Amino acid sequence: MSLNVSNLTVHHGAICAVNQVSLAVPTGKLAAIIGANGAGKTTLLRALSGLNKPTSGVVNWMGQTITGVKPEKLVRLGISHVSEGKSVIPELTVKENLELGAIWRKNGKEMKESLDQVVTIFPRLGERISQRSDTLSGGERQMLAIGRAIMSKPKLLLLDEPSLGLAPLVVEQIFQTIRDLTTEMRLTVLLVEQNAMGALKIADLGIVLNLGKVVAVNHAQALIEDPAVRAAYLGY
Amino acid sequence: MFILGGVVLYFLSGMVDELRVYQGATIAVYVIAISSIILLTGYSGQVSLGHGALMAVGAYAAAVLRIEFNLPIILCFVVAVLAAAIGGALLGAAAARLSGPYLAGTTLALAIGLPSLANQFAVLGGEQGLLFDVGFPPLALGEDFTQYKWFFWIAALAALISMWVVRNLLSSAYGRAWRAGRGNEVAAQLAGINTARSKVLAFTISAGIAGLAGALLAMTIGTVSPSAFPLALSFSLLTGAVLSGITTLGGVIIGAVVLVAIPEIADVVAHRLGSSESVTTNLPGLIVSGLLILTVLFVPNGPVEQHRARKAKHAAQHASSKKDKH
Amino acid sequence: MQLLNTLLIGITAGSIYALMAIAFVLVWRSTRVVNFAQAGMALLSTYFGYEAVSRIGSFWVALPVAMIGGALFAALVELILMRLLVKHASSGPIAGVAPIIATLGLLGVIRSVISMIWGGQDLRIVAPISNNGFTINGSTLVFSPLKLLVLVVVAVLLILLTILFQKTNLGLALRASAHAPEIARLSGVRVDSVRTLGWALAGAAGAVAGLFQTVNGNGNFSPDSIEFSLLLVSGFIAAVIGGLDSLLGAVLGGLFLGITISFVLMYVSSGLFFIAPFIILLIVLFIRPQGIIGVKAGRRA
Ligand SMILES: Nc1ncnc2c1ncn2[C@@H]1O[C@H](COP(=O)(O)OP(=O)(O)OP(=O)(O)O)[C@@H](O)[C@H]1O
Ligand SMILES: [Mg+2]
Repeated sequence: MSLNVSNLTVHHGAICAVNQVSLAVPTGKLAAIIGANGAGKTTLLRALSGLNKPTSGVVNWMGQTITGVKPEKLVRLGISHVSEGKSVIPELTVKENLELGAIWRKNGKEMKESLDQVVTIFPRLGERISQRSDTLSGGERQMLAIGRAIMSKPKLLLLDEPSLGLAPLVVEQIFQTIRDLTTEMRLTVLLVEQNAMGALKIADLGIVLNLGKVVAVNHAQALIEDPAVRAAYLGY
Repeated sequence: MFILGGVVLYFLSGMVDELRVYQGATIAVYVIAISSIILLTGYSGQVSLGHGALMAVGAYAAAVLRIEFNLPIILCFVVAVLAAAIGGALLGAAAARLSGPYLAGTTLALAIGLPSLANQFAVLGGEQGLLFDVGFPPLALGEDFTQYKWFFWIAALAALISMWVVRNLLSSAYGRAWRAGRGNEVAAQLAGINTARSKVLAFTISAGIAGLAGALLAMTIGTVSPSAFPLALSFSLLTGAVLSGITTLGGVIIGAVVLVAIPEIADVVAHRLGSSESVTTNLPGLIVSGLLILTVLFVPNGPVEQHRARKAKHAAQHASSKKDKH
Repeated sequence: MQLLNTLLIGITAGSIYALMAIAFVLVWRSTRVVNFAQAGMALLSTYFGYEAVSRIGSFWVALPVAMIGGALFAALVELILMRLLVKHASSGPIAGVAPIIATLGLLGVIRSVISMIWGGQDLRIVAPISNNGFTINGSTLVFSPLKLLVLVVVAVLLILLTILFQKTNLGLALRASAHAPEIARLSGVRVDSVRTLGWALAGAAGAVAGLFQTVNGNGNFSPDSIEFSLLLVSGFIAAVIGGLDSLLGAVLGGLFLGITISFVLMYVSSGLFFIAPFIILLIVLFIRPQGIIGVKAGRRA
């Protein structure tokens, strides 16, 4: 197991957004986290990447306890977080947004290599490399956000609703890319999604969150077939 | 309550020496000026560094009328309020479109620019300024009723009246609108409050009160000149307001007393330490500014609120521990 | 000829305002605070420069000394005051005004301490070259070698600053932290340190502005110099004209303000010296509340 979370609790003031959550994701696997609005998915990811301080519980990453470690340190340990919604910086160009991802590596050559790699994955970004990123379409922005995370050479990728606001066709493309990246780069991925069906289809395992608690963990395929999950989250 | 305060003040003023009476008058002036800041900053959430300048507007208006037309003193004060309020309304109209640092910077520019106008118009008397003489105390008050006592009486009466006005304003619908706008402007707008108008009104009223304070300050000094209303005055008022607890009117006397006491305390400290001339003259300024920073950092709501909050917390703990026992 | 003269004087003054405006913008971008102590810090740096001049005798040593001194002091302010502020006063009813009050308090503290150390009297820094105007075709301009020098130095500094911001990783970190601190942190930028660096750069820019404001005037300065109050107000106004968030805007805002004031003083009335900045600010705020260099966020920071 590369990522191990045990009894993690996170509060926003008096609200308990994540309540005693325990989960484990093996190396190289893609885990989809689904749940209704306000279930605590975003809060969980933010606690894992160090943006929110947990009240209690332990997060273990590759044998190292990382609870409460700052995000700028966690990047250096291979954890990359693409946060919900606005995760590109509109004032910077596409290239600068990407370079930002590799900035901590302080190595011009590696930065160049990663840049080539990202452009190969997302040729659209290559075509728009010196454009300001507020001129990008929604789908291109999402590619840029993921591209920036890849620039950090991650081993664990935390993705918060990459399909938000995208057309169905683009969503499919993005999901496919995420699947391919996981396999090719041997990433461990936590994918938070409202589009539960799409996410479960590409995932290895699924985790269902409700009111801050884990209510189901299973193989993704098993969850898709689970009548209770179907009724509550897949809508049929 | 206010009448009682007046009676107490009457007996006190009979018992202390002249210097204290004079300081009492200054405290009363500061009480008025600080309450204008509390109304503006604490309730309506706007920071003004131009209140020293607005006080100057009131003072000059009063002095010019006194000299040119020899108006009765009470009318001079009324005009001081009106003149500063008009200035405040103009400034407030600009202010309503601004917030936070923009407003502070704009009023700062005014505070630096306005005093130079005194040199532009002969009627304002240039650097020397104008005399402002409220006249001798009425004979009916007795032989031993000194000039300073008369100052004190006028200032204290004005302070009581303006405190009464401000307090009623703050607990009125206007006060609620100001606080709502301070908390969250958008939410206040959604609740049907015209935040722009409410801010201009706050600025106008606050300016009027500052104008009164300015005229009274000029009375205690005897003259009106640009140097009586430096930028440092605006800073002092802000410090006084923050020390009083900027969100409550209740502590206003604390800030006023501290402002008057600081120079004396600084003097004592400097002499104890046997400091040099330049340290002695600048110690009060250092204390004022240092207190400003420390209060904002550590007692942001002022000593009165802090005490109340602590007591409330204590009471709550007490209540819950009682509950546990049952 | 007079037109050219007025223009050149305006540009020189404007370039000094631009430096001050840059200081405001750098601080605003790193901590979302308008630092009203900026002029106090510039004044303190000028005293550092004065000490260097009186020991070593060269303005060209004083300039870097003032810059380094100003940068270190500003960094210290960020490390102590700003971090305490975030810790203690970032919520509650006066959270919005707390930074304003704190920096004003700092301004007062700096002034008092300077007066205690150096006294209240005028000190003097002699300009490195002549401030006597150039003579062209027998008529003497107000524009002088010194003013030319000021222009050149400011231009060089602006170019260096542009290279830093646009071409280096550090500049990228500075910009990312300013626009989106959370994304910057997730990318591994140590945003806290970058903030301190932003303040330090502002301190250095303010130091140059302070020294030049002094030598471009009559060379005299004191804790109560009206020159520094003017520098504070002009720098702030220039930054506001430029949109408060943009370095380019700060430069253009500074030049615009300098030239406008210069023309007002020449062609309207020289008595408007102190009140002109205020009037220009009001006009700008009424016509274009988002600044000349439009930013979307508006004035409701
Ligand atoms: N900054 C915050 N302050 C206060 N409460 C918050 C904050 N962020 C989240 N919450 C609360 O915490 C709970 C969980 O929110 P969270 O954003 O983690 O849910 P989510 O599962 O990501 O929802 P969605 O699918 O809508 O993105 C919600 O009740 C939310 O209101
Ligand atoms: Mg979410």
